[in-house]
Amino acid sequence: MGGHGAEDIAKHVRVYVTVFAALLVLTIVTVGVAQFHLPIRTAVALAMLIALIKGSLVACYFMHLISEKSIIYWVLTLTVLFFVFLMLLPVLDVGGSTGSPL
Amino acid sequence: MSAEIKYITEPHPITGVSNAKLGIWLFLASEVMLFGALFSTYILLRVGSNHWPHGWEELNVPLATINTVVLIASSVTMVMAWASVKLNQFGKFRMYLGLTVLLALTFLVIKFFEYRPKFDHHQVWLHDGTSMRGHLTEDDDEQDYILFTRDADKEHPDVHHEAEKIERERIFRHSSFGPGHSNFFGTYFTMTGLHGLHIIGGVIVNTWLLFPGAVMFRTNRERFAGRIECAGLYWHFVDLVWIFLFPSLYLL
Repeated sequence: MGGHGAEDIAKHVRVYVTVFAALLVLTIVTVGVAQFHLPIRTAVALAMLIALIKGSLVACYFMHLISEKSIIYWVLTLTVLFFVFLMLLPVLDVGGSTGSPL
Repeated sequence: MSAEIKYITEPHPITGVSNAKLGIWLFLASEVMLFGALFSTYILLRVGSNHWPHGWEELNVPLATINTVVLIASSVTMVMAWASVKLNQFGKFRMYLGLTVLLALTFLVIKFFEYRPKFDHHQVWLHDGTSMRGHLTEDDDEQDYILFTRDADKEHPDVHHEAEKIERERIFRHSSFGPGHSNFFGTYFTMTGLHGLHIIGGVIVNTWLLFPGAVMFRTNRERFAGRIECAGLYWHFVDLVWIFLFPSLYLL
């Protein structure tokens, strides 16, 4: 996804259509997998894996992150670090207690 | 004296990107933290609760699936609108951005039909520890009872119940399936509501770019392409949030 010239843009359009098809298939897969009512840990892992693939496709191709400048990657790396910390906070909190919540 | 704003379209020599693009990415980074805080709260509430319903038991999965497809399609039309500006095709740009706005409005209409039944549907908890779901047929404060029509049983969906009197002294609590019903519905309405507000924001910006803002297509196309790219980055982010919200709330 290099340049933004007319020929490059025409190539991009073909990629957008392919990504759209992939996103539709992955949506069907994620809803299909949910019908099996798998154990919660497996269901969460599968649902988040599929969401991560879908999110990566949107970020890489629709948001052009696959060919972005390094400053944007630095901004996002910092964001991801803080985001992961936020997600780990509940784990630290719940992991530090014993027994059932009141 | 007029001050010229530099590096709106051309890359800044230090960052390598235009100021507009760096600005929108910094804004999106703050948005990640906003939704991140809500996801973190959701995990904490869910992991820490004794009972948390499965999303597919309580929410309308078919409508949410349709909305997922609608939002993904709108992301494609948005990026096609940007490509059309770069290719100097004004007609196509108008068509694709118009479709994006229409799809966003479709998402909101579907969301309305998803929300509305939640406020018509009620649950009554009795002091004896039992509860029932159905519709409030009559709730007059002057009366010492309510009239309540239970939902049909799952085993016998064709058998409909008659409205029954429930004395108020037997009622521990009754609530619609709105945000106040439980932590589950509070989380559901907060997260999907905030996402819905972002959709409305996108509709406003894209509608402006479609009509009065489109004048810039003829006067300064490169700058206009930058505006569409920034609006697009925001719109794809809104799609990205939904991609994680959908399985988290509806499918797990």
